[in-house]
Formats: sequence, C-alpha cells, structure tokens
Amino acid sequence: MEYFLQQLINGLALGSIYGLVAIGYTMVYGIIGMINFAHGDIFMVGAFIALIAFLILIAIGITAVPLALFLVLLIAMLLTSLYGWAVERIAYRPLRGSFRLAPLISAIGMSIVLQNYVQLAQGARVKTLPPLITGVHTLLDLGNRFVVQISNIQILIIVTTFALMTGFSWLVSSTSLGRDMRACEQDLKMAALLGVDTNRTISLTFLIGAALASVAGIMYLLYYGVIDFHIGFVAGVKAFTAAVLGGIGSLPGAMLGGLLIGLIETYWSAYFSVQYKDVAAFSILIIVLIFMPTGILGRPEVEKV
Amino acid sequence: MTTPLLSIKGVSAFYGSIAALKGIDVEVMPGEIVTIIGANGAGKSTLMMTICGNPQAREGQVIFEGRDITHMPTHEIMRLKIAQSPEGRRIFPRMTVYENLQMGAAVAQDGDFKSDLARVYSLFPLLERRKGQRGGTLSGGEQQMLAIGRALMSRPRLLLLDEPSLGLAPLIVRQIFSAIRELNRKEKLTIFLVEQNAFHALKLAHRGYVMVNGRISMQGSGRELLERPEVRSAYLEGGR
Ligand SMILES: Nc1ncnc2c1ncn2[C@@H]1O[C@H](COP(=O)(O)OP(=O)(O)O)[C@@H](O)[C@H]1O
Ligand SMILES: [Mg+2]
Repeated sequence: MEYFLQQLINGLALGSIYGLVAIGYTMVYGIIGMINFAHGDIFMVGAFIALIAFLILIAIGITAVPLALFLVLLIAMLLTSLYGWAVERIAYRPLRGSFRLAPLISAIGMSIVLQNYVQLAQGARVKTLPPLITGVHTLLDLGNRFVVQISNIQILIIVTTFALMTGFSWLVSSTSLGRDMRACEQDLKMAALLGVDTNRTISLTFLIGAALASVAGIMYLLYYGVIDFHIGFVAGVKAFTAAVLGGIGSLPGAMLGGLLIGLIETYWSAYFSVQYKDVAAFSILIIVLIFMPTGILGRPEVEKV
Repeated sequence: MTTPLLSIKGVSAFYGSIAALKGIDVEVMPGEIVTIIGANGAGKSTLMMTICGNPQAREGQVIFEGRDITHMPTHEIMRLKIAQSPEGRRIFPRMTVYENLQMGAAVAQDGDFKSDLARVYSLFPLLERRKGQRGGTLSGGEQQMLAIGRALMSRPRLLLLDEPSLGLAPLIVRQIFSAIRELNRKEKLTIFLVEQNAFHALKLAHRGYVMVNGRISMQGSGRELLERPEVRSAYLEGGR
C-alpha cells in the first residue's frame, strides 16, 4: 500500500511533464490537423536553454533558488516559444494548402534539424545540472521500511503543472484569443470569414505550445539533472501517445493522457520490469484505441456538421 | 448617379486549372437587395467566396466602396465590414449560440456588443432562448438564423447570403426571407443574395442576375426576370 502510494506520487510527477508536452501536440493537431513531430525537440531545446540559463545565473552569482528559478522560467519560455514560432513559419506555413503529407515530412525534417543543431552546438555528451531543489517530506511513516515521501521538486512539478493547466484552460475557454483558437480548430475557413487572422492565431498556438513544452523541459532538467540532445525523441513519443490516448484534439484529454502514461510507466517499472515500461505504455495505448478509437475524451466525428 | 457599393469587373476564378468563374460583371448599389440565381454548380458560391478573397480572382477586379480588394487576405476584407452567411451555414458546432455571436463581433471592435446582440435577438428571438445551447445541436432553421445573426454582429455594410433557404421548411423560409426584407427596409442594409429558390429570391430582390456555368447569362429587375420565359422554364416551373 505504501509502495503503491509512493508510485502514485512518482507517476503524477512524471505524468505532469508528459501532459505539458502533450498539450502542444493536441493543440496543433486540433487547429491544422498535423502531427508536429518537432514538438518533442522543442521540449529538448527548452531544457537546454534552461540549463544554460541556470549556469549563467550561477556564474554571475544569482544563487537564490526561487529567484533563479523564476528567471530561468521566464528566459526559457520566451526563447523556446520563439523556436516554436520559427518552426511553424519556416517549415509548415509555406506548405499549407499542399498535399497532406508535406507538413508531416517537413516536421520530421525539423525534428532532425533541431537535434543536430543542439548536438553540434552543445556536444553529444550528456549535460548535468547539480541538484538545486532538494529536500523531501515524509507523508506517511509506518516503521523502518514503509515510508511515503514527496520531494520538493515533485511538489514543484505538480503544482506548476496544475497552475499552468488551469491558466491555459481559462485562456482557451474565456478569452477572445482562446475563442479565436477554438474557432480556427472547428472551422478555419469560417474563422477567416469572420475576420480572424488565422495565420496569427496558428502562430500563437505554436508559441503557447512551445512555452508549455519549455516548462516541461525545465521540470525534466530539475527532476533528472541529466539531459542530452536526444531526450526530445523519447519524451515526444510518450507525450504524443498521451495526446492520442486522451483523445487527440482534446485539451483535458492531453492532460489526462499525460498523467495516465506517467502512471502506467511508473507502476509497470515498480511492479514488473523497468525494461518493458515503454512496451507497457504503448500496449495500453493500442488496447484503448481498439475499444475507443477516438481516445478517452476524444469526440466521435458525428458531431461535426 | 451613385457609385456602386460593390462592383465585380471581369472576374475569373479557378480551382486548380478549372475555371469556376469566367469573366463575371456584377454591381451592387447601396441599399439594394441583389440576387444571383442559377443551377447547382453554376459558380454562385464561388462568387461569394471570391468577393471574400478565397479563392482570389485570377483575372478582373473586386471593388468595395471604391477600394480594390481583389488581392487582400480574407480577414482584412471582412474587417472592411463585409459579412457572409456562407453556404452550409458553418456554425461552430462546439461553441454555444452566444459564443458564435461573439465570434461574429470579432471584427466590430468599435461597436457596442450589447446593443448589437440586442438587435440580433430582436430579429431572431429564438436565438436568445437558445443562447447557451451548442451550435451543433441546433436545427437547420435555427442554424441559419444564427448564421445570419452572427454575420450581423459585425455591423456589416454589405451582407452576403449564400442559399439561406436551403433545406428548410417553407414556414422557416418565409420567416428568414421576411427578416432579410426587414433588414433592408428598416436599416437600409445592402444585401447580396445567392439562391436556388428563384421565385422567393426574385420577388424579394430589386435586381437579379442569372448565372450559368460561371457566366452571367441574364440580368434585370426582379420583376422582369420573374416574367422572362427562359427564367420561368429553367428555374421556376416544376420548382416551387
Ligand atoms: N473547393 C472546390 N474545389 C474544386 N472545385 C470546386 C470547389 N468548390 C466548387 N467547385 C466547383 O466549382 C464549380 C462551381 O461551384 P459552386 O460555386 O459551389 O456552385 P454553386 O454555388 O452555384 O452551386 C462546380 O463545378 C464545383 O464542382
Ligand atoms: Mg452553392
């Protein structure tokens, strides 16, 4: 039981990271119907920008953790969202209106470009960040071996993710930008007929998706302390799986899917074998899709008029 | 002589290499209801969309209020206060009626949302009762009212209506046509109407054009066209 609770906490922290990345996949899919395969690499770029920012801040003597963290969040979100915006401008917008596979191929190309760029600029070896946020809290203690703990970094991940998702849901449901985004998602041509600058709305979607992915990148960096140019691939595939599991195009679906993938992976590693955790996640995806082809919270196409 | 609000001069438009419009000339004067009638596939909807820049005209010019809008992007054209209730209505299915109307007001930054909303609700009281309902769950007639209401929210100077009667019961058609007439009479709103329902459209309109295969084949006042034998045999008899 204690072990189960402990894994629940670990799974939620991991799942939060996947969920933040999954939102980017699901938003872009909803609005222009493409899988942005470069999104996982945007997450990786976010982690690298955060690492560099941390090292610079430490070098110039800003070592107070809350301040450093705040500055890094700001810098990484800003710069990473520029990457996300640029990818769309350079690689996807010129292909809009051409055949369906074109932007997909372009996305795979962008993914390789980003990986190689970081590999060349930062080297292929893993980079480490010394643990900045330490400390754990014991939630439950039943004698010598049975304890349930939550670390400060886990609290940070879960709280930040929850706050961002709440803020983002509010943006989508209650602001005029969010309404424009939903309009573009439901009928791009009609949105333009109502005076919505659809290119601008699409750009902003990429920008916001990248900003959320960069936060996931920071959390990953703080949680594991080790990154390399390749982390975007695996995390990207997992987050994409999360988006599909939750129902691609659905925002609550992406959040739910992220948490589920994180939990499945953690429990599988805990009770069965670490080696097969990815197989477990993907098997569950396949099983869910057989019985619910549109994902858990995806909508069946019949509602489309 | 007043200048036209909209003039379409020698416009051709294409889907790929296939011409859908082949040198169209049409004028709409301020305060008029002008209709285009024609069989399915004649190019009526394409003309409506070409006015809005999607697809853009490959040849010729579209002039609105003396300004050449032929090569403007769609959203900028709509910001000049042209509004369209398009073919198929295109209601946002997962937005409420109220949100659909809010989307219509996206362009009306100068406008007063509350009074615009009140105006639409008084024209179609049903929309107020359905304001919290999702667009996708409305009936065809309700969707059509919403599409027109949404277009009105931008306070357009030119209203484009593409087949507002399509697939609706006669009672609802009459309701919608009387709303169109009221908008024109009371508010002097200029309306450009595409219809297959030629009888209703010609009775309502000041002037009309007949479109065949991407070309204008006839034009005249609504009454004139109603009496032409070619129009009667092709678009009226056997119809309604
Ligand atoms: N999106 C499109 N792609 C290719 N061809 C189209 C498209 N829309 C319409 N067409 C063609 O253009 C012609 C005119 O269509 P349309 O303007 O819809 O006619 P109408 O509204 O008078 O029924 C038709 O031959 C139609 O098949
Ligand atoms: Mg049509």
